[in-house]
Amino acid sequence: MTPKATIRAEAQRLHAAFVAAGAVPVEADILLPAETLLDLYGEDIRARAYTTHDPLRGEMMLRPDFTVPVVQAHMAHGAEPARYCYLGEVFRQQDRASDRASEYLQVGFEVFDRSAPEAADAEVFALFQGMLADLALRPATGDIGILMAAVRGLDTTPRRRAALLHHIWRPRRFRALLDRFAGRAAVPAARVRLLERLAKGSPEALIAEAGTFVGLRSAEEISARAVALLEDAGEKPISAPEAAMLYDLLTLEAPAAAALAHLKGITPLLPAIALAVDRFAARLDALAARGVDVEALPFEASHGRTSLEYYDGFVFSFHAVDKGMPPVASGGRYDALTAVLGAGAFIPAVGGVIRPGLVARIRGLA
Amino acid sequence: MIKIGVPSKGRLMEQTFTWFGARGLTMRRTGNEREYAGAIDGMDGVELVLLAASEVPRELEAGRIDLGVTGTDLVREELADWTSVVTEVALLGFGQADLILAVPSVWVDVDTLDDLDAAATAFRAAHGFRLRIATKYHRLVREFLTENGVADYQLVDSLGATEGAVKNLTAEAIADITSSGETLRANHLKILSDGVILRSEAVLWASRGALRSEENRAAMGRLAGLLGVRSPV
Repeated sequence: MTPKATIRAEAQRLHAAFVAAGAVPVEADILLPAETLLDLYGEDIRARAYTTHDPLRGEMMLRPDFTVPVVQAHMAHGAEPARYCYLGEVFRQQDRASDRASEYLQVGFEVFDRSAPEAADAEVFALFQGMLADLALRPATGDIGILMAAVRGLDTTPRRRAALLHHIWRPRRFRALLDRFAGRAAVPAARVRLLERLAKGSPEALIAEAGTFVGLRSAEEISARAVALLEDAGEKPISAPEAAMLYDLLTLEAPAAAALAHLKGITPLLPAIALAVDRFAARLDALAARGVDVEALPFEASHGRTSLEYYDGFVFSFHAVDKGMPPVASGGRYDALTAVLGAGAFIPAVGGVIRPGLVARIRGLA
Repeated sequence: MIKIGVPSKGRLMEQTFTWFGARGLTMRRTGNEREYAGAIDGMDGVELVLLAASEVPRELEAGRIDLGVTGTDLVREELADWTSVVTEVALLGFGQADLILAVPSVWVDVDTLDDLDAAATAFRAAHGFRLRIATKYHRLVREFLTENGVADYQLVDSLGATEGAVKNLTAEAIADITSSGETLRANHLKILSDGVILRSEAVLWASRGALRSEENRAAMGRLAGLLGVRSPV
């Protein structure tokens, strides 16, 4: 166990480096309203965050990360552009017996800047890489924006595109939906029976036949979805070449420069990703200008697609040699989150966090 | 002394007594009806502890009982990382019940988790809050829905009469234990075709933290021989 004082000293050193890079230190509450986090992450957050109860403010959660309070503070009264840094505890429930910490320090850096998103991506990554340079960490990068652009450009119904986008962070459901929309998975027997039933009578008649009406979900909502299901069943599958491109994209793993060449190669067949690929190219230029070796930098198009995340563009993480250790640092772009938390306002944002406890542990082992 | 925790009332108690009785270990309640005291005959060094089935997982975890009879559902709901806390000694062949996910029968458009997910997204857009699922099995239901990629729902706590939650407009769907499905039908609900979260049954469990002493290990060996099961230690 690394002594807490050693970890705090490491945290302060990292924090000072962020300040030196031009960030303004900010503080955030530890007790956050549960409702905001639940709205954002859904019920899954309950498995991760500690929930407690306040007699007046209702359900509260111990801060599981800084992003939400920092974004809220910026949206409420921040000037633009802004660079913030912070240092403090986060709290995470661990559901399995392990040596993973349930409270630990995080030091973070966030950039809110409208002018040049790719330059900001590169600034954050290069800053982190420089600060962690002596630890021999393995970087990983990705870009969820490319996958989202590919989905938005699919030649299929708006409903199918929306369903895929909604589940972009849930790879298993995304894959199941894509398999179904592309005609690669057989329609499940239960769905076939359901469609047969729906085809026989009007939804209203079926609802009446089904017995006593209970619940808040109205007959109109039920009928609307029944009609939508029938319409969807009549849709042609996503074309084989287009689907093949998307499967290719989901599994794309290559050094960044080679990945860019590959993506440029498939762009004529998948024109919707052109803008996102241009951004990827601009980011690699910006990274190279900051001395990052993009010929060797690992890139995975699906990196960062896990539940309880909100990144929608560039993503990155730094990993120790010990594979059992959580990422030492991670971050990415979360433009959509600022819109969700900003009540109409929106600003492009990118940032990341470092775990000083892991940095100190690796230093201690060296 | 090996302490065996057994449900203190109802069919589960009777069937447990029968199961042990058939293997030469006679269990009975002592004292009056309201007093949860019991005795066990047929082997020395074994003590009967009567308690609520829902208390058995925690008592096993704390090591206050060495063996205990309760359902798979309660062990997996109550104990985080249950496999590190208890081991299965024997499946008892009774207490079968399924933890299931059910929605109103009038939801003619919903038959699978895939449908539930789509309905939940539309529900949230229409009503401004996440579709409510009433249950007392929060951990099991959440893990199941996470595993299956269902979003836009919330769990609301229900301590009793869960099946009535939809009719009372406190939830849109429910997740509860059912053995026959009759109560569901009576409350105008249907089970999703892929909505079986867990098939539960009564199990004799051993606490991993207990049975450490030499004396108890020897006694457990004799008990396992008597019951015709493999000793957990």
